[in-house]
Amino acid sequence: MLTNKRLILAHFWLAFSVFGLAILLGAWQMLIRSPLHAWISNPEWYYRSLTAHGTVMGYVFPTLVAMGFGYAISETSLNQPLIGRRWAWAGFWLVLIGAVTAMVPVSLGLASVLYTFYPPMIGNPFYYIGVVLVVVGSWIWVALMSINLAAWKRANPDKPVPLAMFANVAGSYLWAWTAVGAALELLLQIIPAAIGLTSTIDAGLSRVFFSWTLHAIVYFWLIPAYIAYYTIVPRAIGGKVYSDAMARIAFILFLVVSMPIGMHHTFADPQVGAGFKFIHSAFTALVAIPTLLTVFTICASVEIAGRLRGGKGPFGWIAALPWDNPIMLAVTFSFIMLGFGGAGGLINMSYQLDATIHNTQWITGHFHLIFGGAIVIMYFAIAYDLWPHLTGRQLTNLRLMRTQLWLWFIGMIVTTFPWHWVGILGMPRRMAYYDYTNAALEPTALSVSISVVGAFILVISAILFFVVLLEGQRAPRENAGPYRFSMAVHPPVTLPAVLNGHALWVTLMVGLTITNYGFPVYELVTRSGMSVPAIYVGGER
Amino acid sequence: MTDETSSTHNHSRSADVAARIERRWAIVAIAVIALIAVMAAYGGIHRATMPQTQVETIDPTTLHLNGEFIESNLGSAIEPNGSVTVRVVGQQYSFTPQCILVPTDTPITIRATSPDVVHGFLIEGTNINTMLVPGYISDLPVQFNKPGEHLMPCHEFCGVGHEGMWGKVKVIDKFDFLQLSTKERRLNCVD
Repeated sequence: MLTNKRLILAHFWLAFSVFGLAILLGAWQMLIRSPLHAWISNPEWYYRSLTAHGTVMGYVFPTLVAMGFGYAISETSLNQPLIGRRWAWAGFWLVLIGAVTAMVPVSLGLASVLYTFYPPMIGNPFYYIGVVLVVVGSWIWVALMSINLAAWKRANPDKPVPLAMFANVAGSYLWAWTAVGAALELLLQIIPAAIGLTSTIDAGLSRVFFSWTLHAIVYFWLIPAYIAYYTIVPRAIGGKVYSDAMARIAFILFLVVSMPIGMHHTFADPQVGAGFKFIHSAFTALVAIPTLLTVFTICASVEIAGRLRGGKGPFGWIAALPWDNPIMLAVTFSFIMLGFGGAGGLINMSYQLDATIHNTQWITGHFHLIFGGAIVIMYFAIAYDLWPHLTGRQLTNLRLMRTQLWLWFIGMIVTTFPWHWVGILGMPRRMAYYDYTNAALEPTALSVSISVVGAFILVISAILFFVVLLEGQRAPRENAGPYRFSMAVHPPVTLPAVLNGHALWVTLMVGLTITNYGFPVYELVTRSGMSVPAIYVGGER
Repeated sequence: MTDETSSTHNHSRSADVAARIERRWAIVAIAVIALIAVMAAYGGIHRATMPQTQVETIDPTTLHLNGEFIESNLGSAIEPNGSVTVRVVGQQYSFTPQCILVPTDTPITIRATSPDVVHGFLIEGTNINTMLVPGYISDLPVQFNKPGEHLMPCHEFCGVGHEGMWGKVKVIDKFDFLQLSTKERRLNCVD
């Protein structure tokens, strides 16, 4: 039962609009630093664009998707109108105002510090204040998800919480807690320096705070995609979820182990000791488990669909799958990209292998393949699936949707595979200019040019995505019926409390964060004389 | 037995089969991950690719005035035991020395730091890769087997001049290096 369609549509439209702008910046960046374009003469434009691209794609776009999808899940899976509608709108406006507040100084070149902040460089305070507003807006969503679930539980004691809502609330708690790291960095270190209350910064401490956010945020981006795997894909292709319990375990594992692993981002940092690097490396290995479980459950659920459609034999069920269905294509592409991206992730988590590719273009290739590829293609699928229920109009152009998804998949592979390769060759990331005439860099020129082509394929795919949605606005009105989620083969009748609630797992998440971060942070905070003067970017103050 | 009970019976049996297959996969998944973690630990302990064991600090505001990172002490120095220590400072937007000279087949310790912002330190074509964080000394044991030249970019965004921050490493024959070292206390090269 969707009663707040405008609210949900507002989130999705804002999300995809900012995505559409940021992808243009991304393609421009790929072009101007490639051998296909002459030196832009002012490198600051590149870093300005990079700051905007990262801030929008990392903080604004996925957060809005998670929020909009979360409200839709709450209303439809619980079959209960959203409690706190006004608050939800307040959250939306905070994200919008925050995004604008952050982007104005970035556009003016007053905060070209990249979305990872990089103190002791300090930009205009409004950039950071804008990011904080985005996060505060999203925290309203976290609270509302919790409140709505609690209300449903009171009205439905002992009933199993629908899987989609269970996962959605897990994702919201993960976000609330992972955002704390960057919030501490912003509120205790960066903003005081940006507004002139302090003038020095301990960069080592900042990097550890930021690592607290930087890894688990990826799992926050990923959870809507995983919710779609489990609760949209099997229903959309005529199958069933193989196992409801294993799905819950996967989301619980994400909640617990994606937090205390962030220091693998500081493997090469001198301010973190070897012991904690090893602990975080081992925990990073653990976070592959929920993905491996998901791969099994979803492949099995898809096989059920193939067999229900008459597929026989060890492979016949694959041919029997509804390949003309965009959701089927999206999940297939997503899994292929997740497979390559995940394999790259296992390389990054190992200290020894990471040393070869740390901070090279490999890393950029890796997270674009996982986030831009495996995750964002599922955001498209979510939009395609949900849209008719939000607008009351069918999306009928299946051929265009399939073309769009194919182009996104091809574009991502063409962009990110050469990116990985030049990373292995040692090409550093985030530079406005590379001298391809240098004999040592010349071997990267062809790969870099190929990946520019990929970037423009992605832009075309993004344009087609908007065409599909806009065509849908003009389609005749038609009732799409109630929105449903996939059923499990054996739907749960009763569930043990640990699989039906989050309290134990949130406690573990916080506890593990404290054991894995508490001591390193304590050491960094108590060490004195590590601060350096803040370096203000963007001109005189 | 009525039809209904037989179907329930089949139902629960198929559920058992499904759960068993799922359990097996979970065990395989956990075993794979455990193996990878053990391999990483083994590689770390036995193959010498280990993170710096000790966190070393230095006052970033005075490192150019006293201590091992004063300008006259930067570059490559031969230690009494025959090993070489290379001291490098990365600052916006260059390395000092800009060209590092090192010998082949010699144990080398790179010690590097930054007085201003965070920089990266990567020697292309090798797995020598670390961060320079103000207030801390990055200490890396390395060895070069072949003479040659390597680019050495800063790989962490350090401001608008970041794309211009490239150093160079020149690896020369051990004996040539020893000869040069009789003339100068600290060695480096001209780009």
